[in-house]
Amino acid sequence: MTLSVDIRHAFGDFTLDVSFEAPPGLTVLFGRSGSGKSTVINAVAGLLSPETGRITVEGKTLFDRAQGIDLAPHRRGLGYVFQEGRLFPHMTVRQNLMFSRWFRKGARSDFHEVVEMLGIGALLDRRPLALSGGEKQRVAIGRALLGDPRIILADEPLAALDEPRKAEILPYFERLRDEVSVPILYVSHSATEVARLATTVVTLENGRVTGQGPATGILGDPMLTPLGARAAGAVLETKVARHHDDGLTELSAGGVALFVPRVAQQVGQPLRIRIAAQEVILSRSRPEGLSALNILPGQITTIRSGAGPGALVSVATPAGILLARITQRSARLLDLTEGASCYAIVKSVAIAPEDVGGPDRVSKAL
Amino acid sequence: MGWLGPQEWEAVALSLRVSFWATLVSLPLGIFMAHALARWSFPGKQVLNGLVHLPLILPPVVTGYLLLLTFGTKGPIGSVLQDLGIVLAFRWTGAALAAGVMGFPLMVRAIRLSIEAVDPKLEQAASTLGASRPWVFATVTLPLILPGIIAGSILGFAKAMGEFGATITFVSNIPGETRTVPSAIYAFLQVPGGESSAMRLVVVSVVVAMGALLLSEWLARRAAKRMSG
Repeated sequence: MTLSVDIRHAFGDFTLDVSFEAPPGLTVLFGRSGSGKSTVINAVAGLLSPETGRITVEGKTLFDRAQGIDLAPHRRGLGYVFQEGRLFPHMTVRQNLMFSRWFRKGARSDFHEVVEMLGIGALLDRRPLALSGGEKQRVAIGRALLGDPRIILADEPLAALDEPRKAEILPYFERLRDEVSVPILYVSHSATEVARLATTVVTLENGRVTGQGPATGILGDPMLTPLGARAAGAVLETKVARHHDDGLTELSAGGVALFVPRVAQQVGQPLRIRIAAQEVILSRSRPEGLSALNILPGQITTIRSGAGPGALVSVATPAGILLARITQRSARLLDLTEGASCYAIVKSVAIAPEDVGGPDRVSKAL
Repeated sequence: MGWLGPQEWEAVALSLRVSFWATLVSLPLGIFMAHALARWSFPGKQVLNGLVHLPLILPPVVTGYLLLLTFGTKGPIGSVLQDLGIVLAFRWTGAALAAGVMGFPLMVRAIRLSIEAVDPKLEQAASTLGASRPWVFATVTLPLILPGIIAGSILGFAKAMGEFGATITFVSNIPGETRTVPSAIYAFLQVPGGESSAMRLVVVSVVVAMGALLLSEWLARRAAKRMSG
């Protein structure tokens, strides 16, 4: 099951011209606000009719300007999770969840299973106004799921939540990605969400696709930093090796040991971590007497200098590609050039807990 | 009703019947018109908006005379209706039409305001969940605007109970057929010794108006409570 999108649309002096494929798993449309992410997702939903192009899901055409096909939203088989939840205030949680069942009689997904997975069993008789932001979003996810959608759309579903609520909802999207077989198209401008959730990343800039591919490849590419170098960071695929008594967890990444603050995952489980480029220090020689625990040997693959004083350096290490944000002056003083060998240093506590994600079984299976 | 004389009781019963039918028949049309004015854009929208509100600002006698010209037995619509066996002029049905037309702007205004308060994003959400347009309206929009519909209906009903100018011009003041409470009060005041009858009808008017107001408040509070419960 794959979603394929190829559309062009102009409004005012903004032109959207995108073409991408979203394979099974979770595809993040990644870019800053105004890059056209929401326009794309609304075109897939049928809430906006592009000037030209074609949108198909697993061979079914939702939109094709040339053939004059433009299915109404209610005929597209969607499950859409909106930023603000958009629960119906005049219905109970149960009625909200069952809403799509009135129109899609054939829906077979198990009500109790979905309710249990989202932990909303105690809320069923409440009304949306009496729910917290996180509870509302969980109900919204359940409501989208219970209609047996062909595709799940999520438009910045965490953007309206505070940090603790975000941390509460993220794992549900991880489960969705791993347990649901339909493609999920997820709009976000948060590098953390991309690192945690994405099977595939499509980066958007000014209405154009600037890159698409697996999350690790796209996020490690210094040429693709849709949010600017300040928010850049690379994603590493690791495995939990050991939990230590001093509150640290040892991860194994390509044979290299990485220490991070204790994670909940069990030994042997795969784990994705995101390391922000500004938390990485580079050194030409192996540093001695340093408090940082993670020192990775590597080779510089690219150096990208921006307009300011900074440079974004990507380093190929046995653990994967790391991004380091340093000054151009340091690069000059250390004589860092493409191909030069160096050491990347990362403080354990610099790896933020919200950047440590669960296993991604779908991308493993691909 | 020993308290009211037969003529007075006749006027009260007729007024209730006229207002009930005026409200009931104009309500679906009012909801449709309010929805069109609130949500659709079409050529001539402002003209239609003006037409709907015209009875509110025209002298009621003018509205009544225009109704007579249009729906009278020789009028363009009245003559067609007469061929179908429906006569409105000088009948209680005509009184209901006059009352409905006069109450229509108030009803549409109240419902339109409540429709404009409904977030279109909720309707979008319903459509992504598989509801076609009519179903979105029935399951999301309609329940959300229920307080507005109640308020609009009660305003329309109260206006119909009090309508005088257009009614007396269009369907005259025929006892038992078109003599509603306001017409009856007017008639009683024209004859010597009619003041006590007029007074009793005034009391009835005040009680009905007050009751309608209290009922609408209670229904609106109940609707609001349901939403937050």
